Amino acid sequence: MRNQMVDLDAIIEKYPGQPQYLISLLQDIQAEYHYISPECLRLACDHVGVPLTRAWSVATFFRSFSLEPRGEHEIKVCQGTACHLRNAQRLVETLEEELEIKAGQTTEDLRFSLDTVNCLGACALSPVVMIDEDYLGKATTGALKRKVRQLEKAEGMKP
Amino acid sequence: MTSVETANVKSREDETATRLETREQLEAFRAELIAAVPQDRPQVRVCLGPGCLAQGADRVAAAFRAAISDKNLDIKVKPLIKETGCHGLCRQGPLVTLDPTGWFYTQVKPKDAAEIVETSLVRGKLVDRLLYRENGTRYTRSDEIPYYKMQTRIAMRNLGLIDPLDIEDALRAGAYEAAAKALTQMIPDEVVRTVEDSGIRGRGGAGFPTGRKWRSAVQALARRPGPAYIVCNGDEGDPGAFMDRAIMEGDPHSVIEGLIIGAYAIDAHEAFLYVRTEYPIAIRNLETALDQARALGLIGENILGTGFDLEFRINRGAGAFVCGESTALFTSIEGRAGEPRAKYVRSVERGLWGRPTVLNNVETLANLPVIVKNGGAWYSAIGTPRNTGTKAFSVVGKVKNVGLIEVPMGIPLSKIVEDICGGVPDGEPFKAVQTGGPSGGCVPYALKDTPVDYDSLTRAGSMMGSGGMIVMDKHDCMVDISRYFLHFLEEESCGKCLPCRLGIKCLLEILDRFARGEGRVEEIDEIESLARAVQDGSLCALGGSAPNPVLTTIRYFRDEYISHIVDKKCPAGVCKDLITYRIDAENCNGCGACVRNCSQQCIVGEKKQPHVIDASVCIRCGMCLEACKFDAVRVE
Repeated sequence: MRNQMVDLDAIIEKYPGQPQYLISLLQDIQAEYHYISPECLRLACDHVGVPLTRAWSVATFFRSFSLEPRGEHEIKVCQGTACHLRNAQRLVETLEEELEIKAGQTTEDLRFSLDTVNCLGACALSPVVMIDEDYLGKATTGALKRKVRQLEKAEGMKP
Repeated sequence: MTSVETANVKSREDETATRLETREQLEAFRAELIAAVPQDRPQVRVCLGPGCLAQGADRVAAAFRAAISDKNLDIKVKPLIKETGCHGLCRQGPLVTLDPTGWFYTQVKPKDAAEIVETSLVRGKLVDRLLYRENGTRYTRSDEIPYYKMQTRIAMRNLGLIDPLDIEDALRAGAYEAAAKALTQMIPDEVVRTVEDSGIRGRGGAGFPTGRKWRSAVQALARRPGPAYIVCNGDEGDPGAFMDRAIMEGDPHSVIEGLIIGAYAIDAHEAFLYVRTEYPIAIRNLETALDQARALGLIGENILGTGFDLEFRINRGAGAFVCGESTALFTSIEGRAGEPRAKYVRSVERGLWGRPTVLNNVETLANLPVIVKNGGAWYSAIGTPRNTGTKAFSVVGKVKNVGLIEVPMGIPLSKIVEDICGGVPDGEPFKAVQTGGPSGGCVPYALKDTPVDYDSLTRAGSMMGSGGMIVMDKHDCMVDISRYFLHFLEEESCGKCLPCRLGIKCLLEILDRFARGEGRVEEIDEIESLARAVQDGSLCALGGSAPNPVLTTIRYFRDEYISHIVDKKCPAGVCKDLITYRIDAENCNGCGACVRNCSQQCIVGEKKQPHVIDASVCIRCGMCLEACKFDAVRVE
C-alpha cells in the first residue's frame, strides 16, 4: 500500500491542479492500478480541485474507468460490426462459460476480467479478441479456450 | 517498441535537435535529408497497420532485422527495415514491400524473412509463393493490383511509405512544406479561401464544408476577441471504421500539419488532439511526432521564425461513443462527463470553454496540407461538384479484399465493393452495405449504382459517416443487424434526453420480440412512429440518427421482418430462436469433429457414420458448423 501511494503522488504531480486534467489523471491511475480505489478518487479530486461527486460522475460515465479491482489479465472481445457478423457473441458466451463470470465482471481470484469493446479497429481479422496487449485475430472458440487455459496454467506455476 | 528501437528514435532526436529558424532552413534541411539517402537504397517496408500488426507484423519486422544482422550478406548496402503504417490490403497481411524493386509480398510469416532476404535481396529472385494472386493472375508489384490501381490517395498519401516514428522520413516525403508555405507566404484569409475553394466537406460524417466552418470561427473571434481553439476529432467511434486510426498511426505528421494550417487560418494558439483510448498506438505515434516536431521548431513558440505560436495537447477519450459529438467532446476535454448540450449557439461561436472552436476530423486535417500545396481548384477538380476530393473507407465484412481504400467521391458503390474489393467471397451478389455506423443505414444491392457521396447516401436513407463500409451477404439477418445497432446505441446513449434513452430501449424491445418470432405486423408501423419521436426529441446526432439502421432495413427488407413475425423464420439463419441445426447425412462422414466441439453433448453417431443433432438439447451455438470441414451442418 505504501508503494502505491508513492507512485500515486508521481502520477498526480504530472498534472497541474486544474479541473480540466481530471480525466487524464484518472486515466493514468486506471492504467497503473487497473481500477480507481476510493482513496485514489479522493486524492485526484483534491489535486484538481473538484468535488467528489463530479469525479464520481466522470468515473461512472466513461466506459474505460473501473471502480472495482480488475483481473490480472484483461480479455476484451470486440463487438464491432464486422466481428458481430462473424458471430463474436459466441466468443463472449464461450468465455463466460469458461471463466464462470459474465462480461464486465472479474473472476473471484482476480486473474481474469472479461469485457466487450465496441471496435478495436482491426476489422480485417474479425472476430478479434484482445488478451492484455495481444491481438487474437480470426478467433475461434477453441483457440480462445486454449489461450485462457495456457494463461491459467502459467499463473498456477507462479510461487 | 523494443528498447533498441526506442534508442534509435532517441538518437535521431539528439542529432536533429537543431531548431529550424526559417522556411529556407526547413527546405535546406529537407534537401539534405533527401540527398543523404540514395534513390536505389534497398528497403524492406513492413506494414505495421492495424490489420497486419494484429497478425504479428512486429515479429515479421524483428525477423527481418535478425535475418540481416545474423548473416554475412553478400550485398553492398544493407537494406533498411522500415516499419510503416497501413498498406491497405489488410486481409492479406502481414504485408511486406521491397524497394527499389517494389516487389510486394503477402501473408508473410516471421519464418519467411530469412528466405526473402536470401532469395530476393541477395540473389534478386522473386519468392513466388508469397506473391499476390487474383483470378489466376500473379502480381509482383502492388501498383499493378486492381485493388490499388483504382484508388486515388490524398489523405493516405504516405501510409505504408514512411516510418511514422521518424520525422526525417516524413520530411523527405514533403511534410510541413504546406504549413511553411501558409505561414510565410499566405495571410490567414487566403488560407481560409483556399479551403473554401477546395469545397472539402468534413470527413467525420456530417459533411459540413470545412472552409465555411473556419470562416464562421474567424467571424466569431472578430466579434469576441480572445483565445480560439482548434481540435482534432480522433474519437473514431463507428464500429467497422479504422481510417482515422490508420492515418494517425501511419502518418501522424499529416494531422499535425493540418492543425497548424487550421490554427493559423483561424488564429488559434492551442490545438487539441482528442484520440480514442482504444487506439494506444495512435496516441504513442502522435506523441512521438509532436516531440520530434517540437525539437525542430515546427510546433511550439515562434514556428519557423514567423512569430506564430501553437501549443499542442493530446486528450485520450475514455470510451464513450457520444464523445465523437462536438459538444460532448468539448465537455470531456474540459474534464467533465461527456454529455452533449443544445446547439442553439454553434460550437464555432462557443465551443471549448465557451470560446470560438473549430473541430475537424482526422481525415479532413490530413487532406489540408495537399490542398494548401496544390490549391483549392486542384482539389475541387477531383470528385463531383458538390462532393469534392477523395474519401477513405474501411471496407470490411463479407468481402474478399478487406482493408482500407481511398477513392474519388461519387464513384458507384458497386465499384468499391465489387471491382476494388472483389465482392463477396463466394461470388454471389452482396445483400447490403452498411455505411455510416450506428447513425447510418443499409444500402441494398438494388441500389448498388448509388454514387458514394454525402448527398446520395443520405437520399438512400443512410449516411456517409466517417467511412466504415460493412458488406453483408445472404447469411446476415437485417433484423439482427438492427438489433445490434440499437443495442450499441442503448449502451452508448448518455441518458440526457428521454426520447433517446427510453425510445431506443423500446425500439430494441420490439425487435427482440421479432427475433423470437413474436410480435405483430402492425408493430412495424409503430416502430416508424416511435423512431420519429426519437429523431425529433433528441438534442444531439446520436439520438437524432439512432433509428436510421432500423428504418432503412424496414424500408428495403420489409419481407424479412414479416418472415420473422408471420412465418417464424429467419431467412438468413441467424436469429437463434427461429433456426434449427441439422446434419446432412450425405455430406457427413462421421469424423466426430462436431461431437468434440459440442458444449451440450447433443450430437451422437457411430464413428464413420452420419451423425445426428438432438434439437431439443441444442442451444444453437454454431460450434458444430465452425468445426465441420465437410459442409455437413445445415441451418434452417
